[in-house]
Amino acid sequence: MSGRREDLEPNGSDVAPGVIDAPEETVREKIGGYLLGLVFATLLTIASFYVAGTNLIWAPSIPIALAVLAIAQIGIHLAFFLHITTAPDNTNNILALAFGILIVVLVVAGSLWIMDHLNQNMVPMDQMMQMQR
Amino acid sequence: MLGKLTWDAIPWSQPIPLVAGGVVLLVLLAVIAWVIVRGYLPYLWREWITSVDHKRIGVMYILLGVVMLLRGFIDALMMRSQQAIAFNAPGYLPPEHYNQIFSAHGTIMIFFAAMPLVIGLMNFVVPLQLGVRDVAFPTLNSTSFWLTATGALLVNISLVVGEFARTGWLPYPPLSETQYLPGVGVDYYLWSLQISGVGTLLTGVNFVTTILKIRAPGMSYFRMPMFCWTALASSLLIVAAFPVLTATLGMLLLDRYLGFHFFTNTAGGNMMMFVNLIWVWGHPEVYILVLPAFGVFSEIFSTFSGKPLFGYRSMVMATLFICVVSFTVWLHHFFTMGAGANVNATFGIATSVIAVGTGVKVYNWIFTMYGGRIRFATPMLWAMGFIVTFIIGGMTGVLLAVPPADFMLHNSLFLVAHFHNVIIGGVLFAGFAALTYWFPKAFGFQLDEAWGKAAFWLGLIGFYVTFIPLYAAGLQGMTRRMQHYDVAAWRPWMLVAAVGVLILLAGGICQVVQLVVSIRHRDELRDVIGDPWNGRSLEWATSSPPPSFNFAVLPNVHGEEPYWEIKRRAIESAHLTPEPQYEDIEMPRNSPTGVITAFFATITGFAAIWHIWWMVVLGLVAAYVVFVWFAWRDVDEYVIPAAEVARLDRERRGARQAWLDAHARAEEPA
Repeated sequence: MSGRREDLEPNGSDVAPGVIDAPEETVREKIGGYLLGLVFATLLTIASFYVAGTNLIWAPSIPIALAVLAIAQIGIHLAFFLHITTAPDNTNNILALAFGILIVVLVVAGSLWIMDHLNQNMVPMDQMMQMQR
Repeated sequence: MLGKLTWDAIPWSQPIPLVAGGVVLLVLLAVIAWVIVRGYLPYLWREWITSVDHKRIGVMYILLGVVMLLRGFIDALMMRSQQAIAFNAPGYLPPEHYNQIFSAHGTIMIFFAAMPLVIGLMNFVVPLQLGVRDVAFPTLNSTSFWLTATGALLVNISLVVGEFARTGWLPYPPLSETQYLPGVGVDYYLWSLQISGVGTLLTGVNFVTTILKIRAPGMSYFRMPMFCWTALASSLLIVAAFPVLTATLGMLLLDRYLGFHFFTNTAGGNMMMFVNLIWVWGHPEVYILVLPAFGVFSEIFSTFSGKPLFGYRSMVMATLFICVVSFTVWLHHFFTMGAGANVNATFGIATSVIAVGTGVKVYNWIFTMYGGRIRFATPMLWAMGFIVTFIIGGMTGVLLAVPPADFMLHNSLFLVAHFHNVIIGGVLFAGFAALTYWFPKAFGFQLDEAWGKAAFWLGLIGFYVTFIPLYAAGLQGMTRRMQHYDVAAWRPWMLVAAVGVLILLAGGICQVVQLVVSIRHRDELRDVIGDPWNGRSLEWATSSPPPSFNFAVLPNVHGEEPYWEIKRRAIESAHLTPEPQYEDIEMPRNSPTGVITAFFATITGFAAIWHIWWMVVLGLVAAYVVFVWFAWRDVDEYVIPAAEVARLDRERRGARQAWLDAHARAEEPA
């Protein structure tokens, strides 16, 4: 497959990430990168479980602390496992990520707002009948 | 052993589905018998069923779409005739059956007619227009197609084994929960859409990758033809929206199979969340369908006006604008569900704003025609009919986007007329236009113009005679999905609409006759040079039908209309460019992975519908084994030797040079 892929590849500008690996990076360095990511991800996971049951921080702030740790976890995964970088050959991936985040935010925020509004507008049935007269 | 499946599942007491199912089964068996007796089976298996060639898969998608269009149209005929008869009378369709018919009509038309047509066109056209040899993942592409076919098959099995959903084309809870519909109808709906939904999502992934990563040398984003841009936008929407559909239907499946309470009346469920989520998918879905249609018309307006597309960059921007904004308007499908004025106003305004993007496109198409030398061939007629029809549909849409107006018109026939106005006028007209336009590229001969024009005029007139009365009846208060009614004022409109649907039937017959006549006269209609319409984009640069590798040498692209440039240069010099150095070409090998996976997916789906759990496990395990077997393959490509490539390309060049010589002779001063 790879031979054909190269035939079809347009000249230079946008090549799939992973197709041309940085030549100076050895297998050992790559594995090192993944292990580092694994360590960070594990630490963040342990921290989440610890924070959920701790008395060290103010109880009402625990959900926010968990959210922060979760977002950090997303960042670790994107950087170490999905290899999202700011390099020029990564533009497509960055755009895809931005598009994905935009859609998720629109859908989640929109749904919360809509569902909240629906409940606010529940009028008792007798009033509803009067309004329709 | 067989779960809920017994002999009672077959509707022995209902003659209509029984006879219909019997006839379909007989036709199917006859076709299979004919194929086997004539010895076509090995050919079909080798060249089509296991094919990973994007052109063949595209043709099979379109074939599936057309057959399902026919099935959906028969449902439409039944609904129109029922409503023409059922004034102060029960009509000939009992309510349970009538409810299944309108549910099946909507489901089939959107998921198994419109989607395959659109995806089939993308499959056939996009790699050719990009000047490449196939899509990014050819075997995945074949799997996508066969999974879609699985969904269509399950819906059609429901005609004779069990029943189909009686909920409308979107199964709103609580009606669709087991408490109210314990039968298998909703399960047929859910499993067929889950399975075909996987296929659609994979198609989206495939085309995003293809368009972003695999293009001919020099084809930058702003040199891609308009159809590729719309295919990209549509694929992005598929990738973003279809997971929402799968998750939503998945939650309803959990409610129905495992007693969850996502959308139930009781135990903290909220059925309004289903309505919300299903339309988060549902509104982008209409743009998934209509954006490629816009792309088709952009190509056609430009080709048949003999001009480059007016406002190419604004067209791209409008497409991407629609792509993003389509995710901000979904609430307009349920203004009446109880949200307050702030929410309704926001989504109403967003809905009106999205029409601006379409407006930009309409003006661009009109300015493309302006000052052009217009040829009124069949595709151009469909395109011009589209502009008029789509503007009417769009304006009634903007009217419905105003919440107070929507409160009056919600769920009325006015709404039904509106969305048929945009889907038929947009997607279906585009489908017919594209079939006529790209048919010679796919099969090497043109379609008969006289029958095509007859089909267009009957289709256009039939459309208006059917749906303008529905607007009128809707304004008089007639709601959708009525099995019978007793308001005398609606009756005349229903009778006119019934006449209209018969005109549409005549148009459909013309399409069939056109195909038969064209096949019989294929030698006179032969497209020798591969460019029957004086086209402008790269698909016309290769022969008709294209060789399996599409292009002997990948074209070098220097501008927005690469083929037009090549052609101008060839005509000026009266010679083709010098013969290139031919090289061996590696192409992906055909693979039965897709069809075998889909076979087991069908078994899994059918077994899950009827609660035959051992068979579900069997199907899943077998499908996984097929995947592992495919992943372990040793050889996945075959080589077409340079000599063979040279032979095929010399044939093409010979035909082109002959045309050039004839052209030069005709131009010479006498």
